[in-house]
Amino acid sequence: MSHIVIVGAGECGARAAFALREKGFEGEITLIGAEPHLPYERPPLSKDGLVAAEPPKYVAGPERYEEARITVVTGVAVEAIDRRRKAVLLGGGRAIDYDRLLLATGARPRALPDMSENAARIRMLRTHADALAIRGALAPGRKLAIVGGGFIGLELAATARKIGADVVLIEGLPRVLSRGVPQEIADVVAERHRQEGVEIVCGGRIAALEADNGGARVLFADGTSRLADLIVVGIGAVPNTELAEAAGLLIENGIAVDETLRTSDPDIYAAGDCCSFPLTHYEGRRVRLEAWRNAQDQGTLVAANLTGAGEPLTSVPWFWSDQYELTLQIAGLAEGAATTVRRDLTDGAFILFHLDGEGRLIAASGIGPGNAVARDIRLAEMLIAAGSRPDPAALSSPETKLKKLLAA
Amino acid sequence: MSSNWVEVCAADEIDEEDVIRFDHEGRTFAVYRSPEDEYFATDGLCTHEQIHLADGLVMDDIIECPKHNGRFNYKTGQAKGAPVCVNLRTYPVKVEAGSVFIAIS
Repeated sequence: MSHIVIVGAGECGARAAFALREKGFEGEITLIGAEPHLPYERPPLSKDGLVAAEPPKYVAGPERYEEARITVVTGVAVEAIDRRRKAVLLGGGRAIDYDRLLLATGARPRALPDMSENAARIRMLRTHADALAIRGALAPGRKLAIVGGGFIGLELAATARKIGADVVLIEGLPRVLSRGVPQEIADVVAERHRQEGVEIVCGGRIAALEADNGGARVLFADGTSRLADLIVVGIGAVPNTELAEAAGLLIENGIAVDETLRTSDPDIYAAGDCCSFPLTHYEGRRVRLEAWRNAQDQGTLVAANLTGAGEPLTSVPWFWSDQYELTLQIAGLAEGAATTVRRDLTDGAFILFHLDGEGRLIAASGIGPGNAVARDIRLAEMLIAAGSRPDPAALSSPETKLKKLLAA
Repeated sequence: MSSNWVEVCAADEIDEEDVIRFDHEGRTFAVYRSPEDEYFATDGLCTHEQIHLADGLVMDDIIECPKHNGRFNYKTGQAKGAPVCVNLRTYPVKVEAGSVFIAIS
């Protein structure tokens, strides 16, 4: 009977563990996580989950691990991988042997240089514990300074306004959401935040962050400063590659895997935020995605491949963000688009379709209240996967059903 | 418990391989028309995060939640895998005189 060990008990590791059973794997499964909790969903941590300071939303209850005969080890950090012995080493001389190993070690928030990590008044957001600490510092009238105008920073801004805190959001680049989100959509997001009283400062060059018992300060390169009760830094994530690197695995902006999610060691796979992989529908461009859906898709696929399926990853990148009543969804990667066409839906919702030089649909970005753009974005994802070259006029006309284009 | 037939809409108001939302007495339902021109009904909210399924996509006998792509067979209510693990409740449907009715117990 063989043993599959999964290092990293987040969305991806948990999905892979269950998917192994769904694929009929009968051997032993051990899922090891550094956090004290069973695997939980991270998306709510910057959204409503933070407002309510709820317990984590678990991917599955303890009984489901028991039923699936998955051994979950929580609160334990893996210290090393011994590839010759085929074992992961835990503290205190403990070791767990594996036949196949999955690294689903995730990512951690990127810190600013010289930043003391998670001082009481300067924090980052990744874990349930981070969310609780941030929630505890927010109240009506408290001042929150957010460093970084990406999804995490903006979602946290919306959530903090819901709680009643005063929010200033500082972005170093000329606009928010400059990575992967078109300007037209970023403008809608920024405007919505301004309506809610969020102050957005773009192009702000930060010299230092300071905190003491009395408060926190963002010091800018031009000599000005902003006071806050709490600073949260949300400037991206860094893949957790240290274990893989120390074990001599190939690293390339993440643990490098092939299209089947296998690392440079044939018995070790990697999936989720920690790995970089060649993207099928984009000429094999190597990317690393920090996204919930990617964690799910790769967790499911890697389970098949850990048991020998050898299937390539064919999913299209997909992201979403919720801020106030707005939901933004993106399918594909718009980088390299030659043409963009806009489709207006009801209630101010719209979708931008991005086509490459040959007219192939490569991405679709949409925003609107609730799930106004969801169905069309999902269909766009299928059109991208099919490599289709839809008529731009049909894309821009809301009367043309995208489902028809897919059938064409 | 006796069933109570409630009129939803005209049969042609739902496109083939599509779904509409139907609210009735504080409850919300999703009513489907399959590619084979049959009608079905389920609870309106996804069992994962209480999202209206009628904003999602119908493909063959599957409804996919618009939020996180949880999938159900809308004919049987069966959850088709992560992130959804709880089945949807289904309701009897009939078409009479060009209108769709569902039985709400």
